[in-house]
Amino acid sequence: MSAEGKLTKQVSVFLENKSGRLADVCRTLGEHGINIRALCIADTSDFGILRLIVNRPDDATTILRDAGFSVGETNVIAVQIPDVPGGLGMALALLEGAGVNVEYMYAFFTRIEGNAVVLFRVADDSTDKTVEVLEAAGCSTVSAEDVYAL
Amino acid sequence: MIWDPYHECMDIEQRQDLQLFRLKEQLARMTANVPHYAAKLREAGVEAGGIQSLDDMRHLPFMSKDDLRETYPFGLFAAPMEDVVRLHASSGTTGKPIVVGYTREDIHNVWAQTIARSICCAGGHRSDILHVSYGYGLFTGGLGLHYGGELLGCTVIPMSAGNTKRQLLMMRDLGSTILACTPSYALTLADAAEAEGFDVSELKLRSGIFGAEPWSDSARAIVEEKLGLSAHDIYGLTEIIGPGVANDCEAKQGLHVFDDHFLPEIIDPVSGEPMPPGELGELVFTCLTKRAFPVLRFRTRDISSLNYEPCACGRTHARMSRIRGRTDDMLIIRGVNVFPSQIEHVLVGFEGVAPHYQLVISREGHLDVLEIRVEVAPEIFSDTVRALEDIEKRIEREIDSVLNLHARVKLVEPKTIERSEGKAKRVIDLRDKEGA
Repeated sequence: MSAEGKLTKQVSVFLENKSGRLADVCRTLGEHGINIRALCIADTSDFGILRLIVNRPDDATTILRDAGFSVGETNVIAVQIPDVPGGLGMALALLEGAGVNVEYMYAFFTRIEGNAVVLFRVADDSTDKTVEVLEAAGCSTVSAEDVYAL
Repeated sequence: MIWDPYHECMDIEQRQDLQLFRLKEQLARMTANVPHYAAKLREAGVEAGGIQSLDDMRHLPFMSKDDLRETYPFGLFAAPMEDVVRLHASSGTTGKPIVVGYTREDIHNVWAQTIARSICCAGGHRSDILHVSYGYGLFTGGLGLHYGGELLGCTVIPMSAGNTKRQLLMMRDLGSTILACTPSYALTLADAAEAEGFDVSELKLRSGIFGAEPWSDSARAIVEEKLGLSAHDIYGLTEIIGPGVANDCEAKQGLHVFDDHFLPEIIDPVSGEPMPPGELGELVFTCLTKRAFPVLRFRTRDISSLNYEPCACGRTHARMSRIRGRTDDMLIIRGVNVFPSQIEHVLVGFEGVAPHYQLVISREGHLDVLEIRVEVAPEIFSDTVRALEDIEKRIEREIDSVLNLHARVKLVEPKTIERSEGKAKRVIDLRDKEGA
């Protein structure tokens, strides 16, 4: 099976570690009516990468690029995971067993159908396998449409 | 063909004898006829007659643009004005222009000769139609190429610069085979041809002689592709003679310096000491044969290196590398001379990195620290920290292996490197402000 149609677009932004840059991104998006659904920041002492899930990813990319930011779009997988102790551990164990290396992951603030929603970024050639393994275990992926509408 | 095989392919030791003989003659003329030179040698404690070998050159004083300014306009002329048949001038970047003179012999026996050699280096022949689009006038380019082209026997078209459309029409209708102009004008011509829908394949151009400004190998490739010719680099300065000091041959492995007339040296721009062959440093010239305006160890401020190995083409002249920068841009980091162009050379190897970078030098304790700021262009941006840190490390390793210099690469946001008039400000040296 193919993961096509089950992938969510993530918008990532390069930020120097300077005060006010994160606020600049959020203000720019807010001014254009873009709503942030989930985010995570990876940082080093020099720079950070802000990763965003928003309601209109393509618009957000254009808007931020026009505002002078370095912006990229990456496919991530949004998955429903039982909101119980050990839920995430189970999902990760499945991926590990299948030889999928998770580059990074983070979670949504809201739940779908009582489940937590976790975002996984895996190597591009592992996306199909990731979806397959998780769905076979009953963790359904959330369609991009549903993610943006969260 | 080689225009003057006797002088161009001479045994190297024999040429050194000739250089020394001419140097002694020239020093005698200079000190006898030009009080400024006599005073300079006196101050340096050197007697003109004391120079007994080319190695003794190192005892002779340097001259710079300051000497030219102090003696403006005719104070450095070593021939009587009645023997001077022509003047040229270049606009000095600060204040007074530089005025140079030529005797009849300077023009016919030196300049036209070295230009004829240059045209032959570029594959030229007496049957060629030489299209000279260098400016004619006080600038040395136009008339310099003109006289050399006529000496070789080319059909010379004295187009001068400007009126790009007419240049293209004349080039096509008259069947120009060699184009001589600045590299930027060659690009202008190529762009105009494209914009006007002009069919470049109708042109008979097969070679180009481009110089009078620095240009890169990538510009060379573009000109060659767009105009369908082989592009050659010609080097020269008004102070030395104009174009025709050096030119590259078909091998394009450095420019042959016509060193039986213009003796080149490479020196450390700080200490003034000669640098070993192959090392980068400041290019210095002494005119061995010119009579009206001979310069002595003139510091060009151009960065190059010299290679004394004979070329595959058969010429035995020293070869200079293409100009790698200006001494004004040189940095000394932890005692190592570094030219921003060397760093840029490394950065162009990384896609998306080169156009927007900045060098920041500061001092931590007693150590100089070089930070290379690189804007994160879309080509190098990634959503993972690992990939971005990997780029930083790869650049650092490459700088270290090429320049033997430890630098810290720092990724910065796009458009955050200060630009002045559209060009990025390349170097920020914080060391002086910190009280060194």
